[in-house]
Amino acid sequence: MLDTPQLAAGRFISCPFAIISGKKLFRFEGSMTALDKKLLRDLWLMKGQALAIVLVIVSGVATFVMFISVMHSLNKTRDAFYRDFAFAEVFGSLKRAPESLRARISEIPGVDLVETRVAADVKLDIEGFNEPVTARLMSVPNNGRPLLNRLYLKTGRMVDPSKDNEVVVSDAFAQAHGFKPGDSFGAVINGRWKTLVITGIALSPEFVLQVKPGGISPDFKRYGILWMSREAVGTAYDMDGAFNDVVLTLLPGAKFEDVVSRLDAVLDRYGGFGAVGRKDQMSHRFLSEEFRQLDRFAEVFPAIFIGVAAFLLNVVISRTVSTQREQIAALKAIGYSNFDVGMHFTKLVLFIVLIGVVSGIAAGVWLAKGLGRIYMEFYRFPYFDFELRPSVVVAAVVITAGSALLGTLRAVRQAALLPPAQAMRPEPPMSYRKTTLEKIGLGAILSQPTRIILRNIERKPFKALLTVAGISCGCAVMIASGFFSDSVDFMVDVQFRQAQREDMTITYIEPSARRTIHELKGLFGVEHVEPFRTVPARFRFGHRTYRTVIQSFEPNTRLHYLLDTKLKPIELPPSGIVLTDYLADLLAIKVGDQLIVEVLEGNRPVRQVPVVSLVKQYIGVMGYMDRSALNRLMREGDLVSGAYLTVDSREQPAVYRKLVEMPRVAGTAVRMDEIRNFYETQAESMLFFTFIATILAGTIAFGVVYNSARISLSERSRELASLRVLGYTRGEISYIFLGELGVLTLAALPLGFILGRALCAYIVTAVESDLFRVPVVLENETYALGAAVVLLSASVSGLIVRHRLDHLDLVAVLKTRE
Amino acid sequence: MNGSSTQEAVHKKTGTACPVFQVQGLTKIYDMGEIQVQALRGIDLELAAGELVVLLGPSGSGKSTLLNILGGLDTASGGQVTYCGKDLTRATEKELTEYRRFHVGFVFQFYNLIPSLTARENVAVVTEIAKNPMRPEDALGLVGLAERLDHFPAQLSGGEQQRIAIARAISKNPEVLLCDEPTGALDSQTGIVVLEALERVNRELGTATVIITHNVDIAGMADRVVHLSNGLIVETSRNVIRKQPKDLKW
Repeated sequence: MLDTPQLAAGRFISCPFAIISGKKLFRFEGSMTALDKKLLRDLWLMKGQALAIVLVIVSGVATFVMFISVMHSLNKTRDAFYRDFAFAEVFGSLKRAPESLRARISEIPGVDLVETRVAADVKLDIEGFNEPVTARLMSVPNNGRPLLNRLYLKTGRMVDPSKDNEVVVSDAFAQAHGFKPGDSFGAVINGRWKTLVITGIALSPEFVLQVKPGGISPDFKRYGILWMSREAVGTAYDMDGAFNDVVLTLLPGAKFEDVVSRLDAVLDRYGGFGAVGRKDQMSHRFLSEEFRQLDRFAEVFPAIFIGVAAFLLNVVISRTVSTQREQIAALKAIGYSNFDVGMHFTKLVLFIVLIGVVSGIAAGVWLAKGLGRIYMEFYRFPYFDFELRPSVVVAAVVITAGSALLGTLRAVRQAALLPPAQAMRPEPPMSYRKTTLEKIGLGAILSQPTRIILRNIERKPFKALLTVAGISCGCAVMIASGFFSDSVDFMVDVQFRQAQREDMTITYIEPSARRTIHELKGLFGVEHVEPFRTVPARFRFGHRTYRTVIQSFEPNTRLHYLLDTKLKPIELPPSGIVLTDYLADLLAIKVGDQLIVEVLEGNRPVRQVPVVSLVKQYIGVMGYMDRSALNRLMREGDLVSGAYLTVDSREQPAVYRKLVEMPRVAGTAVRMDEIRNFYETQAESMLFFTFIATILAGTIAFGVVYNSARISLSERSRELASLRVLGYTRGEISYIFLGELGVLTLAALPLGFILGRALCAYIVTAVESDLFRVPVVLENETYALGAAVVLLSASVSGLIVRHRLDHLDLVAVLKTRE
Repeated sequence: MNGSSTQEAVHKKTGTACPVFQVQGLTKIYDMGEIQVQALRGIDLELAAGELVVLLGPSGSGKSTLLNILGGLDTASGGQVTYCGKDLTRATEKELTEYRRFHVGFVFQFYNLIPSLTARENVAVVTEIAKNPMRPEDALGLVGLAERLDHFPAQLSGGEQQRIAIARAISKNPEVLLCDEPTGALDSQTGIVVLEALERVNRELGTATVIITHNVDIAGMADRVVHLSNGLIVETSRNVIRKQPKDLKW
């Protein structure tokens, strides 16, 4: 469409369709109408532009298919795993209850299956891995077959109930340490050191995602799940004929809330911590959040690409219609109807869309499998059941074709309604005006070529604006992909560096007297100790409730800071409660209101506590109180749940060894390890997303710039050739020609920055939850990367078009009429 | 192509023909924003079956406007045009499309071929939608291009391109052939080859033909010559003997 008809037609010689038409090599050729042949050859002539559009469509369809299919596949895999391995629906934990209580639980109306278990946290001691490792120890019935949350045994066998040292370990944990059946490791079980032998490696629907309570990401090396026979766990924890954990399923039609409130009532006097449903079960919760994010991503990213593709199609088809004015006139003169002509161009659009959608679906499936593999690293399922639903394919086709047709409606309509007698005459010359810059008197400093550039931009301001918007989308996509790592850096910095200063966090098996911290202070290498108290609680305000923990510190803490909404450290007030700002929003409570706190531990007091302040926190939500105030609220003595330590880094391994041996200590977390692990687990998916985003952003920028350049070349080849005839050099006409694109590209950068930031803000609101809130933080490097990808893509397309410009056939261009 | 048989054919057709076109008081006004341009100021004209008419006139005399209205490409502002008794001035868009599709053949000054289609395919564009078309090969044979079926327009000379356009126009076996400056973009030698093709079609197929031109010399090959000026017919003359295109000179 770019060259004059003569020049253009000459190129058909190299078109495969021309060859087949000339020699009739293929049978399908014969059944095609002449008009359809024209369509294929037109497409071949604009192959560069069509390819650029196809790539943008591919990007949109591929991201759509990828996100949606991964979501569907994970959903399907999860549902199958839950169903086949009897994932429970209600989860209750308690202090201790006799096994006979099980019968009472079974009698609760609506309850189907009930399974009682013994669960405990244990410290592990793994040879060659000198860092704190903790595990959740779960009992399995002596027959080795849990009724609920059944195990998928990957290798090995279930435990022998007559042996008290056998365990089945979770797959991710085993993989992280290279364990196989027959291997062994040390564990401190209820204060006693023991060697455990691995008999099998398993997966459980209960621990699809293995995150330590309070953790921000899975740490497969430092946290694992162990399954031991009920007999062995019962003996070790003095839970013979008793249980401290119960899971159940519901009968069809049972009302979840009723069952839970009755179960809570039954468990109340046995120290129940409040039962929860699947939606509050840790692993399930993370999975659901992931689905929500995938769903949002599937909306945002494809929308950008499809929008840009529709714009590009609009530009290209408009130009095609305008260069083919006389062909359209001829077709109408020989009897083709408006509808025929409209259909012809519609087919052209649909053909490009078809190529894009088909390739996009293929690319999407390929990417989805890659993304699926990455997800499988986090979410442990026995298998990944990939699913591409027909409805996704249909949606991809309908959305893309619909947007493309909408985008080209005007151009196609114009072609269809073009009056033939008018189309017979050449288009009137475009009208130009002096630019605003010239009007305000700056004309004198502008060279003629610069004036041409500016007048061209001002002549079609809407088109220039759309071009700028299109290019800026590329920049925005790049920024939106880079922002995650900036924000995560910032979150980690706030959470792990500004708010937390300790080296280690020690948690006790049960609340203990404050004086126990002297034991910790006495350890060689420990520099400073600050105790804390944590109690599980349910917050209630109006009809809203939320279950979390109250965390308390010593007054004048040096190791743990609360940050206000401007991230300034604040003092914990001596009375009242401080809430995470997001929690206050969830409960619709504000400073000064009275919060009802139902403690789920000890005497389980229910108190009204005034909210005295709000704090900023990116990970998790909770309440904070002064430790003495919490002790008073609990009506307990001077009790602590654990302590924060600072430790001489050289002595850290030795301190850790000592801690493993302390029976009171349930677990140890090392802050630097957590940070390192966090980055390690995120690294691969970050890389995957950045890689994809770079390609996508480049595609948009390239697609828009390349198409704009080709269209301008087509519109202005005569003008540029005339300038060459007048003695302008190739460099000078390149300046005129590419200068315009340069101006538009540069103008697109700041807009891209703004759009990128807005996109980040949207993503952030779309994915925020009580689990975590990602702040919008963008480093200069991320903006620079966005700009660099756009500039590079623009330069590449500029060079390609420049090559054509250099080969402008002056004589031929001037000889033919427009 | 010998002179006596041509004359015979002309006499035979003009003698027995009913009018293909009847034009009465045709006017056309172009609204160009602030000013109105009166392109046709009241034209009365008839065209008989098999007749070859040359419309002569300078640029802006209204020739093309008249041809476009006759061909159903443009609509009149006033007056009446009937084609074989049917009123074109009252025809709907759909009827005009059908009229163009089945009854009229067009030849344009700048050929208006589809550059992406070969000679044969350019003709097929018409034969695929017409009712009783010739084979594209036959139509191209009639204009002497049987050897160049699979060439693209860019590989052909201007005269050859125009002959494809003629083949395209006649391939539907139209009742009337309308040619707008068919030799306008050609040198005289090539122009004559094109005119020979038109003359042969008119003679052998009996297709009523209107050729518009500003070239007075071409008028010699017509049965009738209509002079237009400023939107009006100023003179009509009849050639007793139609000249052979090869005898024309300009």
